[in-house]
Amino acid sequence: MDLDKNKPGTAPARRRYVTTRRLDRIFVELAKVYRFNARFFREVWFPPYEFKEIIKQCYEIGVRSLPLISLTGFIIGIVFTNQSRPSLADFGATSLLPALISVAIIRAIGPLVTALIAAGRVGSAIGAELGSMRVTEQIDAMEVSATNPFKFLVVSRVLASTLMIPALTMFTTLVSLLGGYLNVHQNELTSLSVFFYQVFDAITFLDIVASSVKSVIFGFTIGMVGCYKGYNSSKGTEGVGKAANSSVVTAMFLIFIEELLIMQVINAIRAF
Amino acid sequence: MEAKEINPNIDRNEKVISIRGLKKAFDDFEVLKGVDLDLYKGENLVVLGRSGTGKSVLIKIISGLLYGDEGSVNVLGQDVGELKPRDLDALRLKIGFSFQNSALYDSMTVRENLAFPLVRHAKNMGEQEREDLILYVLEAVGLSQAINQMPSELSGGQRKRIGIARTLILKPDIMLYDEPTAGLDPITCIEINNLINEVQRRFNTSSIIITHDLTCARAVGDRVVMLLDGQFQREGTFEEVFDSNDERVQSFYNYNFID
Repeated sequence: MDLDKNKPGTAPARRRYVTTRRLDRIFVELAKVYRFNARFFREVWFPPYEFKEIIKQCYEIGVRSLPLISLTGFIIGIVFTNQSRPSLADFGATSLLPALISVAIIRAIGPLVTALIAAGRVGSAIGAELGSMRVTEQIDAMEVSATNPFKFLVVSRVLASTLMIPALTMFTTLVSLLGGYLNVHQNELTSLSVFFYQVFDAITFLDIVASSVKSVIFGFTIGMVGCYKGYNSSKGTEGVGKAANSSVVTAMFLIFIEELLIMQVINAIRAF
Repeated sequence: MEAKEINPNIDRNEKVISIRGLKKAFDDFEVLKGVDLDLYKGENLVVLGRSGTGKSVLIKIISGLLYGDEGSVNVLGQDVGELKPRDLDALRLKIGFSFQNSALYDSMTVRENLAFPLVRHAKNMGEQEREDLILYVLEAVGLSQAINQMPSELSGGQRKRIGIARTLILKPDIMLYDEPTAGLDPITCIEINNLINEVQRRFNTSSIIITHDLTCARAVGDRVVMLLDGQFQREGTFEEVFDSNDERVQSFYNYNFID
């Protein structure tokens, strides 16, 4: 055995793996994710604050997503109401439609649909933009000009996403309920005031809090995943495509997991 | 292209960059195998070498974008590897880095690109003063008319010039050029070479120019070093470097250079 192999000045040692190569990569990736998140929480509190960039990103994420979110929310409200009616009609309980729509949309569909659409639209845009900036050395250019690219690019986008997704969720929920109302009004001739009386009667304060907390977590996840994938992308244009794609897939996957976990926690609180 | 005239402004007693025993490896591939280098005040130093020999890695280590595995990198009297983030940022303000692909911010106009470092590092500067400075550096690179254009509307040569202008706006002491003439037509290459010399004269900078373009090396280099097998094997004026029987040096010359 050549013991000199690891001495300085000779050929570098072959990389050793603590476990298997694949498992090592997973641990390394997890450590990188942890460090990325930790860096966000470290940097978000301290100046300089990039207010201009945050407002710009809020516009990009919030305002520009409105048309797509509105259309989707409205259609979901109509379709969900339409599909729920036959089941309730079997029991002669179509009068419970507003309550059913309210619980389903406010507790689950509103936040989830908004987050999934935002993951597609916003997550991919952030992943692609930062990925492209990484491979064209724009992030390096910021760094060598003594500007903190993490603060300018990542903190601003994650904050904007965390702020805007709850706002979009509220809007989607409202639009979905309006879609549901139109369907109910057309079929059951329910008035707007009666519809919304039943809607708010069916939900609790906990539902609204849970929905808001969920959408904040979803917003943070979308922003963070998009930024992480884009900021750490490599391998040229291929890497940009991968960053955009994997931002969407990973964010959606995490959103479902979070939905499941938060639902369990809320149910436990409700039971308590 | 004629060789550069002897530059009387070089101060051989003052080193602005001093590198000793620098090593850098990526996984199993050792790129730099103990590099020693000095850059003197007012000097244009050209680093020649084939693609993948670690030329860009070298200037990225100088600017603190990468860290060496061994050795020391001393820039303006400070060891880059030992600096705290805040001190490194302060040092970076004295270093201008011109990237191979210009690295202009795509989503900003030329004006916003140039204002970007000023807004963050010259906070006391008034808006009119900032505008005047932007116009001054744009005039220095001959592109005042491009102030409101987006990077996507500029040619490769213009992007290079704007990239250089953006680094000049903070009045750096040291300029690092990464492949300044790569991908440009011969006429634009000559313009960029002239610009590098003009920047040296007008802004009194010391520069490292990374290139494999011998025309550029001859036109802008006060001194040339050649990176072969992870170490500087040749050093001197352009003519001295290529006055060698080393096959690697000769093949580089014959392939690259048309006199």
